[in-house]
Amino acid sequence: MFEPNTYETVVGLEVHVELHTKSKIFCGCSTSFGAPPNTHTCPVCLGHPGVLPVLNRQALEFAMKAAMALNCQIADISKFDRKNYFYPDSPKAYQISQYDKPIGEHGWIDIEVDGKTKRIGITRLHLEEDAGKLTHVEGGFGSLVDFNRVGTPLVEIVSEPDIRTPEEAKAYLEKLKAIMLYCEVSDVKMEEGSLRCDANISLRPYGQAQFGTRAELKNMNSFRGVQRGLEYEQMRQADILDSGGKVVQETRRWDETQGKTFTMRSKEEAHDYRYFPDPDLVQIHIDDEWKSRVRASIPELPDARQARYASEYGLPSYDAGVITSSKKLADFFEESLQYTKDAKAVSNWIMGDLLGYLNAGGLELEDIKLTGQGLGEMIGLMEKGTISSKIAKTVFKEMLETGKRPQQIVEEQGLVQISDEGAIAEVVDRIVSNNPQSVEDFKAGKEKAIGFLVGQVMKETKGKANPALVNKLLLARLNQ
Amino acid sequence: MSITIKDVEHVANLARLELSEQEKEQFTSQLNAILKYAEKLDELQTDGVEPTSHVLPVHNVTREDVVRESVTNETALRNAPDEEDGQFKVPAVLE
Repeated sequence: MFEPNTYETVVGLEVHVELHTKSKIFCGCSTSFGAPPNTHTCPVCLGHPGVLPVLNRQALEFAMKAAMALNCQIADISKFDRKNYFYPDSPKAYQISQYDKPIGEHGWIDIEVDGKTKRIGITRLHLEEDAGKLTHVEGGFGSLVDFNRVGTPLVEIVSEPDIRTPEEAKAYLEKLKAIMLYCEVSDVKMEEGSLRCDANISLRPYGQAQFGTRAELKNMNSFRGVQRGLEYEQMRQADILDSGGKVVQETRRWDETQGKTFTMRSKEEAHDYRYFPDPDLVQIHIDDEWKSRVRASIPELPDARQARYASEYGLPSYDAGVITSSKKLADFFEESLQYTKDAKAVSNWIMGDLLGYLNAGGLELEDIKLTGQGLGEMIGLMEKGTISSKIAKTVFKEMLETGKRPQQIVEEQGLVQISDEGAIAEVVDRIVSNNPQSVEDFKAGKEKAIGFLVGQVMKETKGKANPALVNKLLLARLNQ
Repeated sequence: MSITIKDVEHVANLARLELSEQEKEQFTSQLNAILKYAEKLDELQTDGVEPTSHVLPVHNVTREDVVRESVTNETALRNAPDEEDGQFKVPAVLE
């Protein structure tokens, strides 16, 4: 059994993020996802003899930008090395990567778990090329290789072993994803493989300084998968240690459907990559001018935005955290605020109705037609008293589906709120005389009865009566 | 530093080479001779000299992020040992 009081878990994560350049890192082949197999290849990415790779400057600058956003120190001199291994997903039998002079080192990000902020160190960020995609033929008769992905630029981000729980690992990944999205260096779609994560995990008796023997986990295809894989591994290692056994240093594969990890290879078979400088790619010298030019392109990052939403708009830290966790959502929020001053109302609609709708349908913001402007204008109509909050729900639903402007929806469907006292009083009179029992109940002290009467008036006016006026007029009528 | 038979076996294994006992002996002595020759460089005073990764006085060679035409699927597969569904077919690999 894993008991947090007996063992301390130590986790370090290695995350690969695909940079969304148009072309590959060392050749002009397209990086677009989903093309027919082996239609985005050329002699360079297929590793034919005698070809010369040339570095994509955009990929380099994206890597610098990502490293800066993770608070890394940027190298003055960086270079590429060959990482040698045989595997059919790599046509050259080596991967162009970076060994001892990565783009960035010594960074950190802050994560929040259970309301507490914790700093996680980033050991390094380096640039490398992606491998091809292998699929296994049914029955084990062979494997098929698609080299479209080979040569897609990647950054590998290695964390310090600062993570102590599976929840922290998930929070780290979410923050990393948000930062990459804010920097617009990657679209970070785990289902398309543009963010992949391996984890090193070990346990040590509480209070012991030395790390225990670690296992490396692979094949976790979602943030939830990372958390579950680590939870399982935590338990597995604790059981071994409890029974006086020793954890074996090895690579283990997470099986999502079985919810277990399995041995892939042990340390004895561990790779010996024989890194050496790639003679085809010259050094990169990054001067201060270049660094500051790239630094200037980094937008306000999630932590800064969260703090600003709290100070500028008075949003609760939790709300600000949820909204700034995605750049698109935060931009949506700010767009709304160009049409209304009520930040709290915008936040409430986003946190409640909007996220509820997106989560229920498994949708992303870009899948729906509602815009920040639409939401802002709708709240503006509520402020002016043109529509009631009840009508707003109808308008909101319509906007989600059609993307129409709220004013247009209100006009087309005749949803304008009735604020004409005479018109409402007429309905109030009718309802009061048709419901003598409720009137009597109210007069007998049953406060609740008024709720029923308000409901009847709203029903009669198809929800369009101004609720404040209905209350006022009804009370006046009942107290006559 | 000298090369042992174990080193030769290790490197041969990494390079997927199968060597006979006689070849292992032969390569061990040849590799040692080569290293011995390179040891001459040890005579040079290199204190304060940065390690050289590239000999060319060139750096920052980059290209614009522009998509260029790829080769066709047929061309790409021309050197494939075997193919299926537009893909390279290789002996089954399972990790």
